[in-house]
Formats: sequence, structure tokens, C-alpha cells
Amino acid sequence: MKRLQAMVKQLFKTNGIAYGALELDQVEDGPALQDALKERTGQSTVPNVFVNGEHVGGCDDTLQAHSSGKLASLLNGGGGDAQYDYDVVVVGGGSGGLACSKEAAVQGARVAVCDFVKPSPQGTTWGLGGTCVNVGCIPKKLMHQAALLGEAAEDAQKFGWSINTPTHDWEKLVTAVQSHIGSLNWGYRVQLREKRVTYLNAYAQFVDEHTLKTVDKKGKEKTITSRYIVLATGGRPRLPNIPGAREYGISSDDIFSLPHSPGKTLIVGASYIALECAGFLRGLGLDVTVMVRSILLRGFDQQMANLVGEHLEKRGVKFIRQCVPTELQLIEEGPPRRVKVLAKTTDGEVVEGEYNTVLFAIGRDACTDNIGLDKVGVQLSPKDGKVVCTPDEKSTVSNIYAIGDVVSGKPELTPVAIQAGRLLARRLVNDASILTDYANVATTVFTPMEYGCIGLSEEDAIAQFGDDDIEVYHQYFTALEHTVAQRDENGCYAKLVCCISQEYKVVGFHIVAPNAGEITQGYAVAMKLGARKWDFDATIGIHPTVSENFTTMNVTKKSGAESKSSGC
Amino acid sequence: MKMKAPFLPPMSLGLRCLKNVGTTRIESSLLYSTTTAQKYDLVVIGGGSGGLACAKEAAGYGAKVAVLDYVTPSPHGTVWGLGGTCVNVGCIPKKLMHQAALLGKSVKDAAAFGWSVPPAELQLNWHQLVTAVTNHVGSLNWGHRVALRDKRVTYLNASGTMLDRHTVLAKDRKDVETVLQTDNVVLATGGRPRYPTFAGAELAITSDDLFRLRQPPGRTLCVGGSYVSLECAGFLTGLGFDTSVLLRSIPLRGFDQQMAGLVVSAMENLGTRVVRGSEPLRLERTAAGRLRVSLTPSGDGQPPDEEYDTVLLAVGRDPDTRRLGLDALGVTTDRRSGKIVTDPGNRTSVDNIYAIGDIVQGAPELTPTAIVSGRLLADRLYGGSSQLLDLATVPTTVFTPLEYSCVGLSEESAAEMVGGDDQLEVYHAFYRPLEFIIPGRDTSSCYIKAVCERREPQRVLGLHFIGPNAGEVLQGFAVAMRHGMTMESLRQAIGIHPTSAEEVVKLNISKRSGRDPTVTGC
Repeated sequence: MKRLQAMVKQLFKTNGIAYGALELDQVEDGPALQDALKERTGQSTVPNVFVNGEHVGGCDDTLQAHSSGKLASLLNGGGGDAQYDYDVVVVGGGSGGLACSKEAAVQGARVAVCDFVKPSPQGTTWGLGGTCVNVGCIPKKLMHQAALLGEAAEDAQKFGWSINTPTHDWEKLVTAVQSHIGSLNWGYRVQLREKRVTYLNAYAQFVDEHTLKTVDKKGKEKTITSRYIVLATGGRPRLPNIPGAREYGISSDDIFSLPHSPGKTLIVGASYIALECAGFLRGLGLDVTVMVRSILLRGFDQQMANLVGEHLEKRGVKFIRQCVPTELQLIEEGPPRRVKVLAKTTDGEVVEGEYNTVLFAIGRDACTDNIGLDKVGVQLSPKDGKVVCTPDEKSTVSNIYAIGDVVSGKPELTPVAIQAGRLLARRLVNDASILTDYANVATTVFTPMEYGCIGLSEEDAIAQFGDDDIEVYHQYFTALEHTVAQRDENGCYAKLVCCISQEYKVVGFHIVAPNAGEITQGYAVAMKLGARKWDFDATIGIHPTVSENFTTMNVTKKSGAESKSSGC
Repeated sequence: MKMKAPFLPPMSLGLRCLKNVGTTRIESSLLYSTTTAQKYDLVVIGGGSGGLACAKEAAGYGAKVAVLDYVTPSPHGTVWGLGGTCVNVGCIPKKLMHQAALLGKSVKDAAAFGWSVPPAELQLNWHQLVTAVTNHVGSLNWGHRVALRDKRVTYLNASGTMLDRHTVLAKDRKDVETVLQTDNVVLATGGRPRYPTFAGAELAITSDDLFRLRQPPGRTLCVGGSYVSLECAGFLTGLGFDTSVLLRSIPLRGFDQQMAGLVVSAMENLGTRVVRGSEPLRLERTAAGRLRVSLTPSGDGQPPDEEYDTVLLAVGRDPDTRRLGLDALGVTTDRRSGKIVTDPGNRTSVDNIYAIGDIVQGAPELTPTAIVSGRLLADRLYGGSSQLLDLATVPTTVFTPLEYSCVGLSEESAAEMVGGDDQLEVYHAFYRPLEFIIPGRDTSSCYIKAVCERREPQRVLGLHFIGPNAGEVLQGFAVAMRHGMTMESLRQAIGIHPTSAEEVVKLNISKRSGRDPTVTGC
């Protein structure tokens, strides 16, 4: 009996549930109480647990109630945890924050989410949903799609369609994209309401580890308290510290709602955002130049990164390499705006150019400033200024967690944030124990020829396992849809990086091809299951697809054999 | 390039005489021994995907190999080059025409994304499309010949008839005959479209003719519920032709029927007319040169006659075994299908004769399975391997306008296998592909279904996907299926955003729950 009581007490302690215990064997009228309990509850054994006056039962019942979420809802329903206004407050209404808050509410917690968009230096602002929906994945994929449709119109002529090469209307595209985003913003608000999550369109700052001060658009202040606080404030584009950058430059925060065509555009940076923007702007018919300080797509497999770069060049994107801007000067406000860009190469040579739009995509900074993290002692990584977390997303303060782009050392990807948010909510509110698995996360760069990858780059694989233990299978090929279209001959490339000593387990998956995003997803599941090269070989292809090439790869890099395809 | 004649001048006259008197196996062997017929380790009859793969793989092991390929003209006189159905009159031309149709749709979509394309002016030049497709196919024919030469495989553009278990008679277009002696024979002649017996059926064309049709097909009736019929009807509609499909009973027999229903309804939404419950009774040429189709009575009574410019029959395919001389050799065939019965190692009832691809009883009629089985057979014959083809998880895709891809079991067969619907948990979702939203495309058939065992760990028995690029989406999941994919492994995977494929790993609503499977938000 003592053991069962201890278990229940332990459960309460670990979950931070305040409780009082009446030890029947230590009070005078113990036996009488026991009789009364039996009469009222039908249970004479101990422990006999009540929550907010409601009978739960013995040890097993309590543990069961805890794992089913009944305990949490009893605690909330009875207004039990009067200590705090909320069980969970999520700061930041992006993909991760919304997923976390909705899931926490489903699990029975009282939840609020604070979301507030600080305007970009150019004054751009947006609605609920965070980067992905407003100024990230969604608008960029739509603009990428618009560019692909332009290519499709060219290809269509080769397939027998009689059309004139079309021209593009930027404003029409922006209107279409923004109206879709508007519907998503609205959808999120509806979902929050349906799930009974309190939505505060206000900027939150820590007062102490359980208390936030929120300020809304009109400057109205409010203080809210919560048992747990989840940081999901994401990141914002970094602007370089050079004259004119903030005044005359724009970022991905602005491009998708630009009211007029960007015209002749300079993109500064070689991040995936830089290359994606370069790709779709060029695809829409604009004059596009990318200014690169050093390498393309840092952190990605460099052979693939260079291939992506070559495809951009083939489509007419110009590159200025080994060069950084030093100053932006306004020539004419416009529209179209005319900006003079001064830049310097690593050799010290000065480069000058005139553009209508200068877009900076040199990186993103986590939104960890000015929210009072220093006040509560949440530790930030000196490396990236992001929140240092344990594998269960806990910060250095025990009731403060972080998910998404603000977490140090984790991929900045929407689905990662969603998964982390959802699983965290289950652990906080309920008894769940599943952690987010950050390994083998698949991602895709939506350049005109898309690049999908999972796991390690070839470089990282070699560093990790040694050159001798790595076998790389690779294949250049022409997508069937490109043959008649007469473009990109042998322009697709697939690569499997395998670890020899682990039975040729596939540790890196890479593909540059049309629809690489759609192709890559399934292989991510296969790799999570530990797929080896043999499993790829033993799978029958789907003919004719691009993806089937992964089932027939037999040329290794080390063999030096021809890796360009012919035939079918 | 001129292929060097690989043989001494054949004894054509003498052989023809022999055939006329109806030689027995023993006699012929005796007689051939006096000829200078060349000896091979392996003769492959049929130069399609499977036959070529097998021949090249065997040659790679040093075997002396010959491939015989001969295309009997279709009733409308259509012929083609080396490479078999897939390259010439199957996967490749149909995917290209499918792509042409998709591009037409893309051009219309483009307007919603800001491109100046007046949709009214969009016209297809059929001749240009056929030329482009034929040119590409021609380059593949050429590539196959080069590949054979590179691998030192002898190629004979001739039909093959087995005279005895070690002797193949090759006969080319000009009836010049050659005798080949061989240790092993692989039969890989594939199949050809079936002509039903109704009056005037010969006026109709098949997929053998469609891809090289000189005139635009015009108003077209596709007869049959096969994937060939639906694919052709889909791209013809997309290319702007007034197209109807005639379904006698169910579409896509053998496929998951919920998915089949959605595929057909997506086609109807895109403008293909579907006529159900009837089949052709008679076909006649009208005075104006069109085709009048009379149909059998359907549940709704007697359908009126209709006129079409083109009637395409896609009611099934029959194995092309007529010339092989199977009866005389005692090679067992299935009485109903006429296909060749083999053991799991592709061996027929005659122990040095093998069969691969579409002529094998019970094998899926798919190019990649033919290729792999051809390759594995060569590995077993000449490479000391014992590996057999594993057909448990063969993915496939139907390239209808909205593509349908699947791997593993249909919901029906899964239920049968595990002992009833009770033992199944089916997770499903209706989703909206991001690229369909702005042009306002119909998404009511974009649907995903994972058919799982109900008991933990909920192994996925069948995965079904309807949507754009379904073929590309499913291939990777097929690899995962081989590795025992479960619902938990899908849940643990992180999506690639924004794609349609991520909806597969986001599946979370079971049919049993009765909850609305429509995906909302992002």
C-alpha cells in the first residue's frame, strides 16, 4: 500500500501537481474516515485520490487517468490549477507554435498563443501563421509553380501546342498568392477558436519564468501566467550592416507582397532562399543576378549545390562570385526604384551595378532579442543566438521550452517545428514520452530544378565514416518529360551515399530533378527504417518516372565509370 | 549503321521445304546438324524490355547470346522498331502524350498565376506531337541496337519459332530463314491488344496504332475499363478531343475499387464522358467515313447509336505466342489466358526453355518487372545466382490525368488476406495539392489511403495515392514497404513542405473513426 501511495505522490510531484495527503494510519479517526470513504466511493483501500473534489480512485485509476488525459482535464475543469492563468502559453503563432498550442488544447490543457508580427524595415507585415504561410514555404512554392508554368508553356510548344511565348504579370501573381495566404490566415484563426485556444495578437515578453507581459497593436498591456511557456518565435531575415541596406534593400519578408514587379534584381547570398528566389524571379522573366560571398548552399552536399547553381546559370541567372556588397545608394525612389550597389570582391576589386530591387538572403536570425529571455535566465547559444535545448526541447529554465527555428542546432523547417510542437504538447500535458527524431529529416530546395536530400552530404559522410567506408552510387539522366521538350539533357542527377560497413546502409540521399520534393518524401521513410542499397535495388521501379532511377543505380563514383544515361 | 550479317548465308530454300513437309523434332535436328547453323548459349525470342535486359545481362557474363525481335504489323499496318511494347506503343509514348496533355492544362493554369495565355487560342497540332513522340521513340530504338552491339549480343530482326528444344528458326521480313542452335531459350514475346469478335471490330484501332496515327483522332470512343483505356481517354481529353470511355462493368479491375472510382470521377470532371454498362455490338463505316457504334442494351435500356471518328479498343491484351511453336514442344500454357506457365524461376515445362514478362501466367504486365526478371534470370543462368524476383511489393502507376499510384494490396484483397474488415485499419485523407488551389482545379479525387493491419504495429499492407506526380511520390514508399513500413514509421517521418507527398506521412484519420478525412490548413 505504501508503495502505491508513493507512486501516486511521485506522479503528482513529477508533473508539478499540487496535492495534499491525509495519512489514514496516522490520524486519530482514520478508521472512521475509511468507512466514510467506502460509503461514498465504494473503495476502502488507499490511496484514494480526489481531484478538485471529484473521486478518481486508487493508484491504477490515477495512473490511468493521467495517461488518458482525464487527470489533466479534471485539473483544468475544476479550475484546479488556479495558480496560473494557463497550462501552456505558446509565444509565436507560426507552424510550430500553432501545432503545439492546438495539440495541447486537444490534450485537455488551457492554452494561449501570442502572435505579433513586427513590420519589416520596408514596412511589410502579415497575419497569423508565421514565416511558412506568410513569407516562406507557401508563397515561394506558389511563385516557383508560377515559374514552372512559364517553362511548361515553352515545353508545350515542343509537344505540339500552338501558343505564343507568354509574358508575365507580377501584380496578378501577387494578388493570387496573397489571397491564398489570406485564406490560410483565416483558417488558422478558425482552428484556434475551434480548439478553444486563446489567441492574443500581442507581443509577449517575459516578466518571470511563469509570467508574460503582452502588448497589443494599440499598446494595451496585459499580464498572463502559465505553468509552461513554449518559445516558438522563429526567425527573421538578416540584413547586412552596410549603408542603405535597411532603407533600400528588401528581404524574403517583402518580396512575396511587393506591389510592383521587382524588375532587375540583385540577390545577395547563396542560401536556399537566395537561390529559390533567383530561380523563380528568373523563371518569371526577370533579369536576375546573385552575389555570392563564398559557396552555394552551405551545409548541403557541395556537388549537388554546384549542380543547382549550374542549372540556374543555364536558365540565365547571373552570378557574381567572391563578392559582398558594401553600400546601397538610392538613385530614384520610383517605382520602379533604382538602386546603385557598390560591392567588393575578395581581391579588393570594386564592383558596381544598378538594380530595381536588391534582395538580401544572407541568413536568418532567431527572434530571441527583446523578449526578456535574459531576465529569466534562458541560455542562448553564443554560436547562433538560439535557445539551447535538451533533446526534449527544454531550455535551461525547467518550465520554458522551445521549438522550431529558435532552437539551437536544429533544422529550420516547418514540418520539423510542427512535429516538435505536437510531440512536445503531448509530453507536457499528458504522459507521452515520444521525442522528435531530428535525424534523416528530408528537405527540398525548390529551385527550377528541385534538389531533394535526406541525411548526410557526401562530405559529411566521408568525415563521419572515412573515405574507405563510403560507397557513392550516382547517375546522370534525362527526365522523360525533358526529352521531347529538348532541354536539360542528362540534367538530372541522383546520388546515394552508402556506408559499406553497415551493409551499405544509405546514409545520404540526393537528387536534382523536376518534382524532387515529391520524389524524396517516401525515401525518407525508407531511410528511417534503415534502408540499405540492396533494398533500393530490390524494389521494382515505376516506369516511366524520374524516381525509378533510384532502383537501378549501379555505377559507383570510385569505379570512375560513365554515369550519364542513355536509353530507357 | 549497318549491322554486319552475323551468319553464313542461311539455307533458306531447304528449310522452307522442311517446314512444308511438317518435320518432327528428331528429323529436324538430324537435318540441321548437316547445316552450318551457329550455336548460342542463349537465344532470346522477343526484344522488349524483358528480353533485352536478359540478353544484355547474360552477355555480360560472357554468354553467347542472340535476340530475335519481329513486330507483326497491327491490323491497321502499324509497325515499329526494337524495344517492344513499352518503348514503342506503351509506357513511353503514353507518358509523353500524358505529359503533352498535362502541359496543355499547365498553360491554362498559367493564366491564374499571371501569365498572358489566352486559353481560347490554345490548339494542339496532333501531327507535331506524333512526330515529336515518334522521333523520341526512334532514338530509343537506336539506343537499344547500340546497346546490343556494345554488349556483343547478336540481333536478328526476325520472328522465332522453336523447332525443337534447342533449335530456333528465325524468319525475317523477307522470309529469309536462319537456324540457331542454342542451349537455352528465353521466350519474351510479350502481348498484343485483344480484338473482340463483334462485327466490324477490325475498323477499330488499338494502342498499337494510336501513338502513330497520321490524322488527329477526332471524336474518340475508348472501349474498356483497363488502365490502357483510361490513360488514352485521359490524354485525348486533355489534348482537346471529344472523348468517351465505354465501361462494360468495373474500371481498373484488380485495382482498389474505391481508388478506381475516384480516378474515373476525376476524368469525368475533366471532361471525359463515361458510358457505363454496355459494350459494342457492331461497328460500321458511315458514308461520311465515320464509325457508327451500336451498343448492347444497358441497364438504362438501349443506348442510341453514336458516331465517332476513332474507336480505340483496350479490352485486354493476349500473349503473343502464336509463332513460338509451343504446342509441338510441349510447353505448358494456361488454357484460359494462353500464357506460359513457369515455375518461380521462370522455367517452363521444358527445362531449358524459360519465359519472362507479359507472356508469363500470373506475372504483372509491367516493364520494370520484366526487366528485373530478365536480369535475375540471366544472373541465375550464367552468374551463379539463385535470387528470384520478389513480387510482393511491386508499385505501379496509372497515368490518368490525375495519376493513381499504388503499392501492395487493395483494401479488398487486404481484408480478404487478414480475415475481414475488422482486422484492418485504413487511414485516409482527401487533400488539396498546393499547385491546384490558385487555378481553382478540382481536387475532389485527390485522395490517399494506407491500408494497415489493425493490430500493432499496424503494418502497411497497401498504399494508394491519387494526385499529381503520383508515380514520383510512391516509388520511395515502395522501398519503405519492403522494409516493413508501419503507421508508426509514417508518423515518425517528417514531411517535406509543401508537397503532396507529405500528406502520406501526415495520415492520421482512420475510416473506422468516421471523422472527416479532409485535410485542412497546412
